[in-house]
Amino acid sequence: MVHRANQIALFFAGYPHDEAVAGVTDHLKKFWERRMREQIVAYVAQGGQGLHELAFEAVKRLQSGAAAAVK
Amino acid sequence: MALIQEIDYGTPARMAETLVTLEIDGRPVTVPRGTSVMRAAVDAGIPVPKLCATDNMEAFGSCRLCLVEIEGRRGTPASCTTLAEPGMQVRTQTPRIARLRRGVMELYISDHPLDCLTCAANGDCELQDMAGVVGLREVRYGYEGKNHLQAPKDESNPYFTFEASKCIVCSRCVRACEEVQGTFALTIQGRGFDSKVASGPTNFLDSECVSCGACVQACPTATLMDKTVIAKGQPEHSVVTTCAYCGVGCAFKAEMQGGEVVRMMPYKDGKANHGHSCVKGRFAWGYATHKDRITKPMIRAKITDAWREVTWEEAINYAAGEFKRIQAKYGRDSVGGITSSRCTNEETYLVQKLIRAAFGNNNVDTCARVCHSPTGYGLKTTFGTSAGTQDFDSVDDSDVIMVIGANPTDAHPVFASRMKKRLREGAHLIVVDPRRIDLVKSPHVHADYHLPLLPGANVAVINAMAHVIVTEGLVDEGFVRERCDAEAFEQWRKFIAEERNSPEATEPFTAVPAADLRAAARLFATGGNGAIYYGLGVTEHSQGSTMVMGMANLAMLTGNLGKRGVGVNPLRGQNNVQGACDMGSFPHEFSGYRHVSDEGARKLFQDAWQVPLQDEPGLRISNMLDAACEGTFKGMYIEGEDIVQSDPNTQHVTAGMGAMECVVVQDLFLNETASYAHVFFPGSSFLEKDGTFTNAERRISRVRKAIPPVAGMADWEITQALSNALGYPMNYRHPSEIMAEIARLTPSFAGVTYEKIDELGSIQWPCNAQAPEGTPVMHIGGFVRGKGRFMITEFVPTEERTTGRFPLILTTGRILTQYNVGAQTARTQNNVWHAEDLLEIHPFDAENRGIREGDRVSLTSRAGETTLHARISERVQPGVVYTTFHHGFTGANVVTTEFEDWATGCPEYKVTAVQVSLARKMSEWQEHYLETRKQTTQIESALSGQILTGAAGD
Repeated sequence: MVHRANQIALFFAGYPHDEAVAGVTDHLKKFWERRMREQIVAYVAQGGQGLHELAFEAVKRLQSGAAAAVK
Repeated sequence: MALIQEIDYGTPARMAETLVTLEIDGRPVTVPRGTSVMRAAVDAGIPVPKLCATDNMEAFGSCRLCLVEIEGRRGTPASCTTLAEPGMQVRTQTPRIARLRRGVMELYISDHPLDCLTCAANGDCELQDMAGVVGLREVRYGYEGKNHLQAPKDESNPYFTFEASKCIVCSRCVRACEEVQGTFALTIQGRGFDSKVASGPTNFLDSECVSCGACVQACPTATLMDKTVIAKGQPEHSVVTTCAYCGVGCAFKAEMQGGEVVRMMPYKDGKANHGHSCVKGRFAWGYATHKDRITKPMIRAKITDAWREVTWEEAINYAAGEFKRIQAKYGRDSVGGITSSRCTNEETYLVQKLIRAAFGNNNVDTCARVCHSPTGYGLKTTFGTSAGTQDFDSVDDSDVIMVIGANPTDAHPVFASRMKKRLREGAHLIVVDPRRIDLVKSPHVHADYHLPLLPGANVAVINAMAHVIVTEGLVDEGFVRERCDAEAFEQWRKFIAEERNSPEATEPFTAVPAADLRAAARLFATGGNGAIYYGLGVTEHSQGSTMVMGMANLAMLTGNLGKRGVGVNPLRGQNNVQGACDMGSFPHEFSGYRHVSDEGARKLFQDAWQVPLQDEPGLRISNMLDAACEGTFKGMYIEGEDIVQSDPNTQHVTAGMGAMECVVVQDLFLNETASYAHVFFPGSSFLEKDGTFTNAERRISRVRKAIPPVAGMADWEITQALSNALGYPMNYRHPSEIMAEIARLTPSFAGVTYEKIDELGSIQWPCNAQAPEGTPVMHIGGFVRGKGRFMITEFVPTEERTTGRFPLILTTGRILTQYNVGAQTARTQNNVWHAEDLLEIHPFDAENRGIREGDRVSLTSRAGETTLHARISERVQPGVVYTTFHHGFTGANVVTTEFEDWATGCPEYKVTAVQVSLARKMSEWQEHYLETRKQTTQIESALSGQILTGAAGD
C-alpha cells in the first residue's frame, strides 16, 4: 500500500507542489477502493512512516475531504 | 445459407483519382488508371480465364491463359499485365484466343494427374474449372511422356499437404508468401521442366514457413490443401465471423458441413485483414471440439473434493446461493467478478452489469488490467480517449514506423505482414526492444535503427528522443501551437530539455548508444509521416502509463496525429481487449469510460437498470486478491479468464484464490484457475455464439454462431441466468438486444446496431450522429479532450533491480504459434512448433553457468522458482533472459513479482531479477502443480459414482 502510494507520488513529483498533491489526491479518489483508502488514512493517522511527502499530504487531504463530506 | 464465394478480380484494385474508359467485348467500362484489363473485364461482368492471377497479389503473366486481343495491337497480350487505357477496345473471346487457351490447358493437363473424382479439390479447383471454361476435350500429347506424376508428397505440416504432382508451377504460392505474408519461405527451384516449388532444403515443417495459409489459399489446384478438407470433403455453407485470437480481429468464413467446421478461410471483405490470416486463426481452431471441453456444469463444496456434474439449474442456483450467503455474512463488497478480453462485448457488458446491479458493488475487473490498462490511462490523459488513434490501413501511408516493445510478426502476424509490405515499399523502421525481434532483420526488411534498451528503461529512452527533437529545433511548432495546451507544453518543454534527459546522460542506464538514439529521433521527427506501434513491452512496467504518455508526447511534438500514416497505435494482445475496456469492465468506470462518480452517467445507468449504483471505485484484480488474503473478500465470478496462470506472482494469486469460499469459473476447459473453483460453468467458444469483438483499431465486428453451444448455453445466457437467480432480472432474447442497450447508454456506441454492422461489415467507434459510419482515424482537427496535453514523464527506475543473487533480468513475451495461456493453442497441433516454453539465454551467460542448448535450467527470482529448458540465443543481450508463458507447467509467473504500473496496477511482467542455473529436476512448485492438476481434473461419474481422474484432461 505504501509502495503503491509512493509510486503515484513519484509520478506527480515532476509537477509543482500544489499541483502534485492535487494529482495524487485525485488519483487515490478515482482509483482506490474504499477499503484501501481507509487503510492508508489509518496508516497516516499512525504516523505514515515511509510515505513520500506528496502521498502523505494527499492522504491528509483525502481525509479532510472525507471528513468534510461526512459533515 | 450458402457457401460464400468471393469474386476474384485477378489483380489488385487501384485507387487512382484519374479514371479511364475502355470497351471490352463491346461493353464500355470505366476504371481507375492503373487497373489491369483483366480486372476491368471482371468489372464489366466478363471473367477472363486465368490461373496464375489472383487479386491479392500483383500480376505475374506466366500462365498465358488470360490472353486477349486489343484493337490496333499486335499479338495476344496477357490481360493481367496489360493496363487499361482510354479508348482501348478489347476482345476476350475470339477463335484465335480460344485455340491458344485450349493449347495452354492441354499442356497443363498433359502433366497432371487425372484423378479429379477422388481429388480433395474436386468442386473447388481452378484448374478443373479452366479446363471446362476453355472447352478442353482431348490431350493430344498423351500422358506417357516425361512428367511429374510421381513427385513426392510433403505431409510434414500438421495442417496442410503439398502434393507436388498436382503443381502447375503458377507461382501463386511463392508470390503469396512474398507479397501477402512477407516471409519469402518458398521459391521456384530449377529451370524449365525441372522447375518446382521448394520450401527449403527439407520440407514445409522444417522450412521458414509460418503456416499462415496464404499459399494454400492461393493454390489454384489441390497441390496445397487443408488436411481437414482432405479428411472431410468440401464445405457447403459459410458463416462469416471474427477470429478469437489476437487484437487484429481478422474476419473469417467458417466453412461448414452441417454443424461441423471444415475450414476457416480468411474473408476478403474483412477490413482488418483483407483476406489474410495467421497459423492460429486459419488452422488452430480444433480446440473448440477438443476432448478436454467440459460440457456439463459442475460443483464441489471444497476445492479438494472431486467435481460433481449437475444440471444447469442446480449449478446456477448453487452459485447464486453461495454469493448471497457470503454477502449476508461478510457484506455487500465481499464478492466481485472478472471478465475477459476473450469474451464478446455483450458478455463483458453483462458481467459488469451483473456485478454492479446484482452484486451491488463495483468490484469488477478485466484481464485488460494486466495488459493494456496503461494504454487507457495514458491516452485518455493526453488525448482524451482510451484507444488507439488509427485504423490498420493507415500504415500504408507511414514513412517512418517505430515499433516499441512489440513483436508483431509473432503476436499480431496479420498486421505485421501489412507493416512489412509498407517497409518493403521503402518506409523506414525504428525498433525499440531489448530483444532482436524478427523485424530487426528479416527478408527484405531491416530496421534503420534497433535501440536494444535494457528492460525497464523505456521512459528514459522516449524522453531522450523527445529531448533531441526539442533541443535540435525539430518540433512541429505549428501543430503544437494549434492543437496542444500551451501551458502544459511549456512546462514539459523545460523539463524535457534538461540535460539529464539527453541520450548521452541516459546511455549508462538505457544501454542505448547515444548516437543511434539521436539519429533515430531525427529520423522520426523529419522522415515524413511517423507512426508508433507498441505492445506489452510498453505497458507491463512499473512506468507503463508514463511510457504511454511519453509516446503521446512524442507524437504531438512531431505533429504525427490526426491524419493517415501516423498515430499512437496499441497492438492489443487479445481479440477483445479494446472492447472489454469499452464495456465498463474496470472497477472505476461505466461503459464509454465514464467514472462511477460522474453523477450524470451514474443516473443514466441507475435509471436504465432500475437499481442504485455505488459512486466509488471497486477493487481491481490484484486488490481483490489482497482483500481475499486479508479475509474481507470471499467470492468471485470469473468468466473466460485464467488468472492463476496469467497473473503475476502465482503464489500470491493462489493464496488469494484458496482463501475464498465461492469461486465460480466459466470457461471452456478446467483451466488453472478452476483448481481453486467451487462451481464450473462450461462456456462456449467463439464458434458457438453471437456477439461482437472490438479490435485494436476500435473496429466492432460480428461474431456469428456457426454451431450450437456444446454445453447448451451461450455465455451471455449463463450470466443472465445467474443474475436472475441472484434476484436481479435480465431478459435479453439475443445479444443484439444487449448491444441496443449498450448503444443507448454509451455515446461512442450510439449509432451501433447489428443491422448496421451487417450492412457495413464492421464499424470503428465513435459511431454516432457526428460519425454515423464510424471513425477510422481519430483526433482529426482537434483532440477528443480539446487541446492535447503534454505530460511530464519523469523517469523513475523500477525497484526490481539485479543483485548478486539475482543478476539477470527476465523479460517475457509470446511466440507465433501459441496464444496467451495456451488454453486454446496448446490443445491444437500448434504444439508441433512450440511444445514447451523455453528460456532464451545469451551464449555468454550460458557459458558462465555451464549451460548448453536444451539443458533443464532453474529460473529463480525472489518470488519463486520454476524450471524449463534452455535455448542459447544472441537475440537476447548478455544479462537478459526471455521466456514465453504459454504452458501451465512452466509457470513463468511463479517468478514474476508484485510490482506494477503506478497508475493502473498493470503488473511489471517485463522486468524480473532472476538467477539461472542448471537443474536436475523440476521445481517444488512444478511438483505441486502436477498434483493440483490431478485433483482439479477429478470428476465424479454421474452414472457409476466413480472418480475419474484426468477425465477432463489437462
